[in-house]
Amino acid sequence: RFSSWGRRINSFSTAAAAIDEPIHPSIQVDHTQLLINGQFIDAASGRTFPTVDPRTGDVIVRVAEGDLEDVNRAVAAARKAFDEGPWPKMTAYERSRIMLRFADLLEKHTEEVAKLETWDNGKPYDQAAKIEIPMVVRMFRYYAGWADKIHGFTVPADGQHHVQTLHEPYGVCGLIIPWNFPLLLYSWKVGPALACGNTVVLKTAEQTPLSAIYVSKLFHEAGLPPGVLNVVSGFGPTAGAALSSHMDVNKLSFTGSTATGKIVLTLAAKSNLKPVTLELGGKSPFIVCKDADVDKAVELAHSALFFNQGQCCCAGSRTLVHESVYDEFVEKAKDRALKRVVGDPFKTGIEQGPQIDNEQFKKILKYIRSGIESGATLESGGEQFGSKGYYIQPTVFSNVQDDMLIAKDEIFGPVQSISKFKDLEEVVQRANASSYGLAAGVFTQNIETANTLTRALRVGTVWINCYDIFDAAVPFGGFKMSGQGREKGIYGLSSYLQVKAVVTPLKNPAWL
Amino acid sequence: KTFPTYDPRTGDVIANVAEGDAEDIDRAVAAARKAFDEGPWPKMTPYERSRIMLRFADLVEKHSEELAALETWNNGKPHEQAAKSELPMFIRLFHYYAGWADKIHGLTVPADGPHHVQTLHEPIGVAGQIIPWNFPLLMFAWKVGPALACGNTIVLKTAEQTPLTALYVAKLFHEAGLPPGVLNVVSGYGPTAGAALAGHMDVDKVAFTGSTDTGKIILELAAKSNLKPVTLELGGKSPFIICEDADVDKAVELAHFALFFNQGQCCCAGSRTFVHERVYDEFLEKAKARALRRVVGDPFRKGVEQGPQIDTEQFEKVLRYIRAGIESNATLECGGDRLGTKGYFVQPTVFSNVMDDMLIAKDEIFGPVQSILKFKDIDEVIRRANNTRYGLAAGVFTKSVETANTLTRALRAGTVWVNCFDVFDAAIPFGGYKMSGIGREKGIYSLHNYLQVKAVVTPLKNPAWL
Repeated sequence: RFSSWGRRINSFSTAAAAIDEPIHPSIQVDHTQLLINGQFIDAASGRTFPTVDPRTGDVIVRVAEGDLEDVNRAVAAARKAFDEGPWPKMTAYERSRIMLRFADLLEKHTEEVAKLETWDNGKPYDQAAKIEIPMVVRMFRYYAGWADKIHGFTVPADGQHHVQTLHEPYGVCGLIIPWNFPLLLYSWKVGPALACGNTVVLKTAEQTPLSAIYVSKLFHEAGLPPGVLNVVSGFGPTAGAALSSHMDVNKLSFTGSTATGKIVLTLAAKSNLKPVTLELGGKSPFIVCKDADVDKAVELAHSALFFNQGQCCCAGSRTLVHESVYDEFVEKAKDRALKRVVGDPFKTGIEQGPQIDNEQFKKILKYIRSGIESGATLESGGEQFGSKGYYIQPTVFSNVQDDMLIAKDEIFGPVQSISKFKDLEEVVQRANASSYGLAAGVFTQNIETANTLTRALRVGTVWINCYDIFDAAVPFGGFKMSGQGREKGIYGLSSYLQVKAVVTPLKNPAWL
Repeated sequence: KTFPTYDPRTGDVIANVAEGDAEDIDRAVAAARKAFDEGPWPKMTPYERSRIMLRFADLVEKHSEELAALETWNNGKPHEQAAKSELPMFIRLFHYYAGWADKIHGLTVPADGPHHVQTLHEPIGVAGQIIPWNFPLLMFAWKVGPALACGNTIVLKTAEQTPLTALYVAKLFHEAGLPPGVLNVVSGYGPTAGAALAGHMDVDKVAFTGSTDTGKIILELAAKSNLKPVTLELGGKSPFIICEDADVDKAVELAHFALFFNQGQCCCAGSRTFVHERVYDEFLEKAKARALRRVVGDPFRKGVEQGPQIDTEQFEKVLRYIRAGIESNATLECGGDRLGTKGYFVQPTVFSNVMDDMLIAKDEIFGPVQSILKFKDIDEVIRRANNTRYGLAAGVFTKSVETANTLTRALRAGTVWVNCFDVFDAAIPFGGYKMSGIGREKGIYSLHNYLQVKAVVTPLKNPAWL
């Protein structure tokens, strides 16, 4: 087995800290109930469900389990807040001040929130505290700044009419967020929804209900009126489905798997045709061209795949390397994976924590086995790491063929798949041969290659010589079955506004 | 050198301030140039710039009381107006512009051939800004806000009548973390400091608010030096049109406010009150009664609606126009003289039976002198309202949707206020047609003044689509 911070390296496993007694984050969870109409309440059924520490599988705490009745209550509260409450009638400036106050409060509570996020999700604490929470704060400041800048148009008519468009809030927005970046995705959805004057029912992922409850309480402290933001913990098939099907929800936004996205869209269609934004899965190509600086490419490709335990919708999960640099790349990629530090996310220096839960853990190991069985070359990793919780060794496959399962399916784990290519036209065709289209990475010095690949790749984001750049204003979303619509930036607003044309006749217009 | 700044209630000196001239402008421009070319300001992220601006807004909020008192002391406007309306608007404007800092988008552009084309909207560089004395802090916000939000550096020349509050808030801005050289403030006179700024070869942009006459000089200086782009917010003689269906009481109150607000010292004052003949007599009687009730006095006293005019020059000019009105045979309904014996107080003055060709109907008076004219029908009032070289704003008072829409499109003015006046929300663009100015301030429109467009073109080889 592995000694603490041991440097003993066996050929298929990583140098890493041992999984000793997990460090207790030294916080307590004060709130576990549903947050509806500004009040913390139990689920109507009284039921609770456990949320688990993925380092061990132990229960952190039990939280209220929202179901249909609770979703109904939450929607009713959001409806009342929208139709009768102060939120839509206060000035946009006042709404932006509340959002800015919330951002300041969140910033003050960074440490507690990061601990909660790490405990519930398993991501390295430094990542949560130094990157993600600041990004959440930044995102709310960004969208606070949009609140008072929602413009419509005056419109040229063909005849004697004065025409204008008003961009109005939808009303009640149902937001369903996943477990891989609980608070980041909270900010991507709640930020623009509120900036546009809507009210919200948020259903969190059952794996990670805690941080949304904590920060939503801060939002109320910042002056958010009751009913504007309601938080329901619960499961997809019950609470999520209820929200998607609800006849009084005006808009839905979902981030999660493609399979669930299809269900969400179906439910929306069958109920009230509510417009739907979907951010789904991906199998994003990371293309390393022949002129690449191999060391840099290896490092970037490594983080593009392994970041957040491989649990990113836009993970660079098909690493396509030009044959002229392939051998060198594979060797260095393997070394890099062997050096990846896996362990307790609360420990400093850890790069990779556990996978989110047992279901994901088992699924990833199944894919690894299928990779081995289909004849890909296992360069490193391949097994569970340690004996407790859901840790997996950083795993690298080479000689991956396009028809292998590991090349086609979204694994959502620390499993890098490296394939070889010969020329640009071929790699474009292979990169695009996927029903996904979320993102792509392009690694080249050459302007022409960059421009050619940029336009040819059928994906929502192309990162050139970089990856996972998520600035607030950069829109994000998928082509094809990776999703519908865009989040972040000015584009994120369109998801939360509907257009009303207003037409009045003109008598004696001085001009047309 | 220093020069005095005065308390317009008495003409006494409040303080002596440094008098900037060409040499000082040179130094300020050099500092702004260095801050732009080499300093941290353009290289920090827009988010960081917005944080500095938000911190500044918070600091101003904390210091609201002192600032409102200083503004009142130096300008003469009612303290309640400064404290309850203008300071909050100032803070609100900096929140507004901080929110734009990280939202400056360019475009990707469809080409006619295999080229990838995009536009970058870049800061202009060193912006010269010249602000007037009627709303010192508000005009600071209208100019400094967008210029900084767009990543520029600034040399600001204040009005010689009101140099104090800009100095105070600019210090707060530095406390909020603004790097040195980004915002430089020069007190001084127009013909010296102002001209030096407008004519400076290393200033990339000039924005001026003031009289039309001075605006013409500014534009000329810019043209003769380095062709720097110019934004001008100048004078006006804005019509306030009361239609036959008007609720007369409401119209009287709004028309009164549109003219008399801020001692009549608004570029967009509703200074030609056109009243439909059917409601003319009733309107007149009530307008006169309202003016007689206007409370004039020490702006620091509660309940005062009107303080003194800004200085002796304006004071004399207003009285001269009143005499011209009397001499041209308009009917003096009330007022007509100075109030008291100290300072620059003028009685709220109303003229009726004003004819279009009278001086008081044509020239911008910039004082508490309301001119009421009669009209018969819409086409006529449109023609008469537009018959001016000015075109800053207009007020339309009517219940009829058709009349509102017709007048809105027909009036050649940069702002049409329908059943309201002086609504100055942060996002509403403001500026003049014709000789009332060039360009727009506030809102998304103001960003254009402080950005320049760079097109970037690269050939595409094997584009997947065009």
